[in-house]
Amino acid sequence: MGRFVARRLLQMIPVFIGTTLLIFLMVYSLPGDPVKSLFGPKAADPATVERLRHQYGLDKPLLEQYWNYISGLFKGDFGQSFTGRPVADLMAEAFPVTIRLALLAFGFEVIVGVALGILTGLKRGKFLDQIVLVLTLVVISIPVFVIGYVTQFLLGLKWKVITPTVQDSMNIGQLMVPAIVLAALSLAYVTRLTRTTVGENLRADYMRTAVAKGLPRKRVIGVHLMRNSLIPVVTFLGTDLGMLMGGAIVTEGIFNIQGVGNTLFRSIQTSEGPTVVGIVTVLVLVYLVSSLVVDLLYAVLDPRIRYA
Amino acid sequence: MTTMEKTANVPEPRAGDDTAPLLEVRDLHVEFHTRDGVAKAVNGVNYSVSAGETLAVLGESGSGKSVTAQAIMGILDMPPGKIPQGEILFRGQDMLKMSGEERRKIRGSKIAMIFQDALSSLNPVLSVGYQLGEMYRVHQGLSKKEAKAKAIDLMDRVRIPAAKERVNDYPHQFSGGMRQRIMIAMALALEPDLIIADEPTTALDVTVQAQVMDLLAELQREYNMGLILITHDLGVVADVADKIAVMYAGRIVETAPVGELYKRPAHPYTRGLLDSIPRLDQKGQELYAIKGLPPNLLHIPTGCAFNPRCPKATDLCRTDIPALHQVTEKDGAELAGRGSACHFWKETIHG
Repeated sequence: MGRFVARRLLQMIPVFIGTTLLIFLMVYSLPGDPVKSLFGPKAADPATVERLRHQYGLDKPLLEQYWNYISGLFKGDFGQSFTGRPVADLMAEAFPVTIRLALLAFGFEVIVGVALGILTGLKRGKFLDQIVLVLTLVVISIPVFVIGYVTQFLLGLKWKVITPTVQDSMNIGQLMVPAIVLAALSLAYVTRLTRTTVGENLRADYMRTAVAKGLPRKRVIGVHLMRNSLIPVVTFLGTDLGMLMGGAIVTEGIFNIQGVGNTLFRSIQTSEGPTVVGIVTVLVLVYLVSSLVVDLLYAVLDPRIRYA
Repeated sequence: MTTMEKTANVPEPRAGDDTAPLLEVRDLHVEFHTRDGVAKAVNGVNYSVSAGETLAVLGESGSGKSVTAQAIMGILDMPPGKIPQGEILFRGQDMLKMSGEERRKIRGSKIAMIFQDALSSLNPVLSVGYQLGEMYRVHQGLSKKEAKAKAIDLMDRVRIPAAKERVNDYPHQFSGGMRQRIMIAMALALEPDLIIADEPTTALDVTVQAQVMDLLAELQREYNMGLILITHDLGVVADVADKIAVMYAGRIVETAPVGELYKRPAHPYTRGLLDSIPRLDQKGQELYAIKGLPPNLLHIPTGCAFNPRCPKATDLCRTDIPALHQVTEKDGAELAGRGSACHFWKETIHG
């Protein structure tokens, strides 16, 4: 167990270096000169451009730039954005918002998705099951931005239940509807996955044994069925938390939430290397850690899994 | 009969009234409603088991022996399963008329079942100690700690070595024989009156089979339990059973005390089964096999269900369903407990 964790943590190092290098190279090969674009439509003064280039270290070879960036990273320095603000500050503003949004969406996904999955898994072929199957299929086949804009139009503009865009990005009440939109796709997957595993395990031999032992139905379902059925669901949910954090770009854009997605989108448009790399680096870390947690959790839930 | 019902309800008298059967199955029918039609899995089965007695139910796959057992346990999938008629009397009370909760209380504590494949029948993600202790926690309301102590006792009793160290292990960490012992321990936990063992040794290798059967027989004697042993292995039956019921296409075709059946079968199907056992004194000869396949339960042949495979079938066999005749000696002397559902049982048994 200890060795497994240690090895996984060590494995993170090359993954971390690889992803950051890749992102770094990609951002700097984007067309357009980030320094020149700072001047907007005005003609750029070559001396100022040169000075700014030097200030941001853009005149050095690419690998040296990368090395400077990485070594700064280990000192907790994410560099400066072209507007002059430290990237760390930008992220400190954006991440709390996105974490809130992602956790809200995650909670929604877990509670509603798993509950619906269990209900439909136990009552396969019944009316509720059919309805949920069709609805989840609809959600899966429609892109998120359609769901987002339709929700915004209906709830925000037509019926005026919510404000069309989020006014205060830290207000949980206002984040509720965007969170539902963000969760919709994963929720549909969780529902279907839970439904399938519940239905499968329901026919397992050990379920027959549990009934033959004279256990009450509550216990047969709640202990014997659930412990087995939720293993794949927990795995899916774990990796999905990372997805929700990084995948909020569209939702944050539609509802004008000042989170990571929005910041990232803006930085990509203005070729702001340090901000993009910084945010993506943190997202990569979130993915790595959450997949490690899932792997560890998997073995806790299923004793047949051995670490090797 | 009514007085016996009264005494039977008192918890303890397991050694008492030995004349009344513990369990009596009367004219039981089970059918499954499938997309292709109605599969008649059990068609009027009668049998009984008393305390301390072992009934072996013998038959091919699909003969309805397991379905009958599941109907007794109340673990049939309904739907698609259905019990259109019949009675299952446990200590004189019809279990089919009981409420779900009443039946649940009988399951596990009064009637317990041992399944064929212990690996898939035990929950893979719960420790064996937990699964054994669950019996005490649910039926007797013991605490987790007490239940675990009892689980260790149980594992000792079925002779699992180092029970104390292994109580927190999971099913996949045990060998096949040990797993089956855990199944037996689980069935035995609350010292039930009746145990139904559904092919308990089929998934084990031969040396372990004997150990497990011996253990089961020994514990049965110790607790004076009734035992229904479902099997298709004639070798297993000979050692432990008191009486045998042979099933074919959902019907009992022959009943007999164990020794009698091997000596003088009174049904062509039983004879066929016995002839298909490999024998040392017929080494080198071709092994006998019953021709054809078991009938499709959606379309059971008219008359005697065995007629398409029977070497002695006549027109009568194709039209009339034979009743379970009382089998007698040549001179008409009654043979206790013997019956044969064959029009020509006399010819079959007396040659």
